[in-house]
Amino acid sequence: MWDFVQSHFDQIVFSSWQHASLVVQCLALATLLAVGIGALVYRSRSASSAANTITTIGLTIPAFALVGLAITPLGFGVPPAVAVVTFFAILPILRNTVVGLTGVDPGIVESARGIGMSRLRTLLQVELPLAWPVILGGIRVSGQMVMGIAAVAAYVLGPGLGGLIFSGLSRLGGANSLESVLTGLIGVVILALILDLVLIGLGRLTTSRGIRV
Amino acid sequence: MSETTTSDAPNISGKSILIEGVTKRYPGQKSPAVDGITLEIPAGKIVMLVGPSGCGKTTTLKMINRLIEPTEGRIVLGDEDVTDIDGDELRRRIGYVIQAGGLFPHLTVAANISIVPKMLGWDKKRIADRVDELLELVSLDPADYRDRYPKELSGGQQQRVGVARALAADPPVLLMDEPFGAVDPITRQRLQDELLRIQEELQKTIVIVTHDFDEAVKLGDWIVVFSDGAHIVQYDTPERILAEPANEFVENFIGSGAGLKQLTLRRVGEVELADAVTARPGEVASEVLARAVAAKHNHVVVVDERERPIQWLTRRQLTRLEKITAVREAHLPVVGHRATLNDALDTMLVSSAGAALVTGKRDRFLGVIDVETVMEAITSARASAAASADTPTGTNSGEVSIIAESDLTESSAV
Repeated sequence: MWDFVQSHFDQIVFSSWQHASLVVQCLALATLLAVGIGALVYRSRSASSAANTITTIGLTIPAFALVGLAITPLGFGVPPAVAVVTFFAILPILRNTVVGLTGVDPGIVESARGIGMSRLRTLLQVELPLAWPVILGGIRVSGQMVMGIAAVAAYVLGPGLGGLIFSGLSRLGGANSLESVLTGLIGVVILALILDLVLIGLGRLTTSRGIRV
Repeated sequence: MSETTTSDAPNISGKSILIEGVTKRYPGQKSPAVDGITLEIPAGKIVMLVGPSGCGKTTTLKMINRLIEPTEGRIVLGDEDVTDIDGDELRRRIGYVIQAGGLFPHLTVAANISIVPKMLGWDKKRIADRVDELLELVSLDPADYRDRYPKELSGGQQQRVGVARALAADPPVLLMDEPFGAVDPITRQRLQDELLRIQEELQKTIVIVTHDFDEAVKLGDWIVVFSDGAHIVQYDTPERILAEPANEFVENFIGSGAGLKQLTLRRVGEVELADAVTARPGEVASEVLARAVAAKHNHVVVVDERERPIQWLTRRQLTRLEKITAVREAHLPVVGHRATLNDALDTMLVSSAGAALVTGKRDRFLGVIDVETVMEAITSARASAAASADTPTGTNSGEVSIIAESDLTESSAV
């Protein structure tokens, strides 16, 4: 195992970097999209429940199947990987955005409007900051989840640690095959832990002291 | 905004409000929530909107700053028709306070207060100065409270910051929706007194919604009693509503003890106080005693270097002393000169002397109030309410009550 890591060190570092980069960028994109969609739907009860239904159903779709399906319109490589990872990343964030925004005390929103803040200003300066800890919770769940899903992207020749896992699995029993799979797996887990720590740190920095518990 | 900031104006900085023929209908409801109300709110006065829950008083209030858009009618602020101007822009010119202050929990006290000035584009220095000024106004030490978050404040302090935030851009009008509903009775009383003190200083036009009639009597220059659909049942001064309720509905709303409630109309500072023999720490007790005997007083009030009462000694206590000490007695029966006679009565009933010490600005000793003074005040209040029944006092009252009456007929005709 150790020999494998040493001999493939450059490749492992490169794959890890690619993997992390894919996940972080998709997560950022998904956060923007999910918060945007959440902000559009949260004030309508029916739109909110529609969004919730979609997230629930979306999470039951097998990632592997979706990756395969994405080949037809998007081909191989980075595009289908980004599309699938972003799609899954949106779901928990969207759900938490809707929960967070609807959970803001209506009295606070009313007083924001009452002192002359516009709808948009109220959303940006009051509602989103107050919902932020909940949204960030969604981002953390998303981060953990898509770290694994990103590995599946190797199936469509996407970037990341998935390559090590798939190449190992395809020649299981051969030389270094198990080492390759394990290296990929452990790499994904380590990356997931690091990302979660980073997100916790981000939460500390971006959550107002006034609403920290 | 600058033309409405009248910090150096001698008296009234508020503007009058005219609600003219305003109706609010919600889709799918048969009867309107607010039914053709016409209400004139005089500048620089506190007008209380009272009525049972669901009577439309809050809707009426929220139509003044157009948080709720009227279906019909006009809203006039000062001499400007604001029915069709941008709602957000209008609300920046009208202070708004809700129950528990409605502070933003993720912002510090200073940041909460500076929201409106920031939106109006004030510079940093001016905003910081204004924040400190306002915190002083609501009796919170700026250095101590500026950087706190709302969760680090008590309910009463949050309410104060809410008032400071509403006053930030010096709006001529302040709207308050059940402002003291969420605090305990003692804090509520203190906040009410403080609001009256602030109002004495600023003379804004303040409209307050409450379901508590006692609060309405205590705070209001004028009281509007509503029944369902925001129908005005009576619009009058507290004195006259207590003395001459328009009908059974108002009588029921006043509840029992209308006579006692009149005690909340008079302030300690308005009645004649008895004077007292005062002494200072360090004086020889026998000399002080001689002064008390000469003045035929049974008690002597000891005041400190800033004229604040610290002890209240009987003659008997004096005979036992050699010199007056500077010890501060813990439970002196003290009331502020802005306290109501009701509060004063409360305080003196628990004091052994059957009287209370009255203090003025900066807790300076003013005099003594006793039960006899209160009794006299009750008698004279009755007499004056009866007298004012025929001749409305104050410059707005005739005008206002005419409008109120005409509205009554108008709205019942609708």
